[in-house]
Amino acid sequence: MQTDTRVAVDQISDAGGRPVTVLRFAGDISSTSRDAVLGTYQGLSKIDNPRILLDFSKVDYLNSSGIALVIQVLLEASRGEQSISIFGLTPHFQKVFTMVGITKYTTLYADEATAVASFA
Amino acid sequence: MVITKATSVEVRLPSVLGFEKVAMGTAASAARLMGFSEDRVEDLKTAIAEACINAMEHGNCFNENLRVSVTLTLTDDALEVRVADRGTGMSRPMVPPNIDRKMHGDEPARGLGMFLIQSLVDEVEWVTSAPGGGSYVRLVIRLKKDN
Repeated sequence: MQTDTRVAVDQISDAGGRPVTVLRFAGDISSTSRDAVLGTYQGLSKIDNPRILLDFSKVDYLNSSGIALVIQVLLEASRGEQSISIFGLTPHFQKVFTMVGITKYTTLYADEATAVASFA
Repeated sequence: MVITKATSVEVRLPSVLGFEKVAMGTAASAARLMGFSEDRVEDLKTAIAEACINAMEHGNCFNENLRVSVTLTLTDDALEVRVADRGTGMSRPMVPPNIDRKMHGDEPARGLGMFLIQSLVDEVEWVTSAPGGGSYVRLVIRLKKDN
């Protein structure tokens, strides 16, 4: 069965006019999403994309393999001194991310505006 | 829905990723009929997805000819789910993920499924060498008054 992960990359600015890169995911995030999640992230220059948001607001399905991809993104970002925040997770997956310990390494925000404001 | 005696529903899935969603949908429908709250339904969906994926991958080695059997048993106060495969079952105990080790690259990012199952339901039993062969995991979520 084919799963469908879609990702779009948007460039926005925070309140101080600094660039913020938003990876907007949609559909499924699972073991077959490696290229869409990790590949898209790795295609971004670390120098030109110091602030990144991961948008899960249009994700329909997320499993442990998908969460593992997010951990890999966070790991690579920490090595490249990028700042990553997450928004748009359902309350259930906010709970799951917290249980797994991801909130020790990033912050979860309810919506995009709050997440962008956190970079100020 | 009032359940006066145990009622069972069975779904048989090919060992192909993506079909776990069929079990998730069926279990969610059953749980809602029983009156579980939406947050518990979400817990159940994630636990069942992980159990099915484990069965497909580790139990049936993604052999499309082997089925994963998901049996839901509804009683008046609990929903029990058995996810069975043709494998030999758990060879190691569940170890909670260590996010620090994962974030330092000292352990694989994967390996969260069993922890999520254990954390999201009220009871878990991993059964190896099940009667008739294969193995299964039994999950239980209980219908509490505050549901």
